[in-house]
Amino acid sequence: MSLTNLAKLEAESIHIFREVVAECENPVLLYSIGKDSAVLLRLAMKAFHPSKLPFPVLHVDTTWKFKEMIEFRDKMVAELNLNLIVHTNKEGVEQDIGPFSHGSAVHTDVMKTQALKQALDKYKFDAAFGGARRDEEKSRSKERMFSFRSESHRWDPKNQRPEMWSIYNGRINKGESIRVFPLSNWTEADIWQYIYQEDIPIVPLYFAADRPVVERDGILIMVDDDRMPLESGEKPELKRVRFRTLGCYPLTGAIESEADSLPDIIQETILTKTSERQGRVIDQDSTASMEKKKLEGYF
Amino acid sequence: MANEILSTEVANYDLDQFIKTQEEKSLLRFLTCGSVDDGKSTLIGRLLFDSQQIYDDQLASLEADSKKIGTQGSDIDFALLVDGLSAEREQGITIDVAYRFFSTETRKYIVADTPGHEQYTRNMATGASTADLAIILIDARKGVLTQTRRHSYIVSLLGVKNVILAINKMDLVDYAQDVFENIEADYRSFADSIGLTDICAIPISALAGDNIFAAGGKTDWYQGPTLMQQLETVEVSADETAAAFRFPVQWVNRPNLDFRGFSGTIMSGQIAPGDAIAALPSGNTSTVKRISTFDGDLDQAIAGQAVTLVLEDEIDISRGDVIAAANDRPEVTDQFMAHLLWMADQPMLPSRPYLLKTANKTVSATITALKHKIDVNTLAHDAGTSLDLNELGVCNLSLGEPIAFDAYSANKSMGSFILIDGLTNDTVGMGMIDFGLRRAENIHWQPININKSARARIKSQTPAVLWFTGLSGSGKSTIANIVEQRLYAQRNHTIILDGDNVRHGLNKDLGFTDTDRVENIRRIAETSKLMVDAGLMVLVSFISPFRAERRMARDLMEEGEFVEIFIDASIELCASRDPKGLYEKAQKGEIKNFTGIDSPYENPELADITIDTANVTPDKAADQIMLYLEENGYLSELDYQI
Repeated sequence: MSLTNLAKLEAESIHIFREVVAECENPVLLYSIGKDSAVLLRLAMKAFHPSKLPFPVLHVDTTWKFKEMIEFRDKMVAELNLNLIVHTNKEGVEQDIGPFSHGSAVHTDVMKTQALKQALDKYKFDAAFGGARRDEEKSRSKERMFSFRSESHRWDPKNQRPEMWSIYNGRINKGESIRVFPLSNWTEADIWQYIYQEDIPIVPLYFAADRPVVERDGILIMVDDDRMPLESGEKPELKRVRFRTLGCYPLTGAIESEADSLPDIIQETILTKTSERQGRVIDQDSTASMEKKKLEGYF
Repeated sequence: MANEILSTEVANYDLDQFIKTQEEKSLLRFLTCGSVDDGKSTLIGRLLFDSQQIYDDQLASLEADSKKIGTQGSDIDFALLVDGLSAEREQGITIDVAYRFFSTETRKYIVADTPGHEQYTRNMATGASTADLAIILIDARKGVLTQTRRHSYIVSLLGVKNVILAINKMDLVDYAQDVFENIEADYRSFADSIGLTDICAIPISALAGDNIFAAGGKTDWYQGPTLMQQLETVEVSADETAAAFRFPVQWVNRPNLDFRGFSGTIMSGQIAPGDAIAALPSGNTSTVKRISTFDGDLDQAIAGQAVTLVLEDEIDISRGDVIAAANDRPEVTDQFMAHLLWMADQPMLPSRPYLLKTANKTVSATITALKHKIDVNTLAHDAGTSLDLNELGVCNLSLGEPIAFDAYSANKSMGSFILIDGLTNDTVGMGMIDFGLRRAENIHWQPININKSARARIKSQTPAVLWFTGLSGSGKSTIANIVEQRLYAQRNHTIILDGDNVRHGLNKDLGFTDTDRVENIRRIAETSKLMVDAGLMVLVSFISPFRAERRMARDLMEEGEFVEIFIDASIELCASRDPKGLYEKAQKGEIKNFTGIDSPYENPELADITIDTANVTPDKAADQIMLYLEENGYLSELDYQI
């Protein structure tokens, strides 16, 4: 008798959640509202049942998220009775930083990376759960489950603590922190299958529907509000699209798809020929751009 | 081929069946090990590529990278797929453990890609610790190398039972059968000697794809499985469920007064309501009332599941305790022998205090004896006093409190531990418990009726250790002497332990290596503790260069009994004073391991008093220390009344 792949992954993630709560003083779950966050949240609920979640949930709001994401977030918070903290980089807002006016690199740095650091410092969180997976991107494939961050939130890939068996070292000195990735060993296919198996609610943007999009540099961008400046000759077109990842709407590419149910998405995911992060504009700035962002403290 | 596997899968089943297949997949974790040029990354790249886990955009960037920095001319360099960090891409080597994923119809695979470089033994052991199977790569042109032996030994040490011996680059030896067979025979005779028996040897070419997914036409003399066939069918996780029930408690789950559960992961065995259990180390017994989960109570749970147990009786259990089958319990000990692999730049020093973490209990630990080192290349046993990075040794360890354990060979989860440096919090070692040592049970504390406070009371004083630390020539002994005179004048009972003097007696067997320095301080700390128990004020004047040992000394005493006094003088100042002519000799190289010259001094972070000797005379320094003692209540009330 032995457990299936999904059962093993679930147990490993639950183990990690419990270990952090037992050892760290002030953990937080980083909730990005996407499908990985949905799974992360479900696993956290499972880990502590019948107790309530013993930590708050943090959303770093760049103010450029899809409207449907924010609606979905507030619905989940109400249904699950979560302790939600929303943090936005106020200086960034005052300077009107945005992806259209400042480009994806500056926007992501100010509204996401800096904002996240601000929030972690403000609330003195010593451990932050994130939904990153090792199959997403090359530099993530080398990151530990318990990933140590210096006082300035830096990740040192050449000096990571070795991680053996299921024994995790979460010890830190004052001011330092750890990022914890309970989904490290999940793949995108695992995530979808788990969502299906567990009937986990997700943002409707993941399902194909007719949405207004424009095509820029081969990427389909959804016109989610009137802040999006249209270039001459550009006209939003209704296309049947869905999203494989969700983030800031100007930086998230849609894919044309007919998949409007979870089984269809699972089938499409297994057969897909475009890797998940290609839809994210921020990764394409330079070859090793994710690694660079991580060094700077981006998740 | 793999493309066919997946597309057939999709075409032949209806969607429901397809999803069911996906859900029922099993998981296999394996690691690949080989020397630098054995083609590990190429093999993994090939597995990912052939199992269609490479997406279009990755392929496009792979083709571009291959032309730019690849080593295969205009062909695709699969190694570039897996060499993740940009530093590695430039150096062309894999520097850390990377995890890769691919999937077939029946199994999902997690691959630990671990480097073959000598200095990275620790990474290989890391990958092996979670692996069900190991692929050991050999370059057909080179045969069994020293590195092959080392990797195989680590695989066996970490208890990975299944091995695929992938004899690679067969294309470069014309797919010659005798080359393959000679290497296989050579390897098997070695593997036998280290207890690896479950070996499947396969001739492959990772570059050309021979015998990876499809049988290679050029090795028609080979009748065995391809690499993928072996991975798909090998039986692993050799029935953890059949072993005795072990459940280390991670977290006490207590949402309200009506519910008290113990959350954790079942490390081995199985459990059902009604089963009799014992909690270790206490030995308290009860029976399981409920197995609680988010998805409802379970009738039964097995190894690997994360659950919450509710017991029939209110017995005292906390995090780190182990709930076990009542009739088949783990051992409990505070001393054991273990294989220890050192993973830090700072060497392992016997007597130095570390933190030891097992499944989920953290206790203090010291290595009481390094019995021998093991040369992972030759397996020879060498004598030694410390372990350097990537060195392996057999040690006795002594713990601050007892833990429940099983031998690693019987139960990996219950016999494994890591060592953590209490100051830096780095993970510095990994260990596998061999067996418990019984001595601890036989040495009982003598019950003592007259205690420390009684002894102190009769002297009308507050016992304490005044620990003077600083470079040689900083003025420690001079200042300590003056302070002792002042204390004596106030009718305090004192004693001075001076580094030079103690080294003529108690510690005359010790030299000046790091190992000996640690032992030197440990003895002094223990001696000071006995004297504090006797009610004395102890003035310790030792260079004591390492933070870790000063902290150990502090931790031995009770709160407030340890006063760290940093006699701060620059190395230049001390060298110019040079009262014993030692600096001159050290600078000429006549004295080795001299603190400040060729041995480090770590400035205190926790000093209670810092004396700046560049600007303060010894008398003023003594004033400063006496003032501190007065203000902090170390000088007895009685003196002031007189």
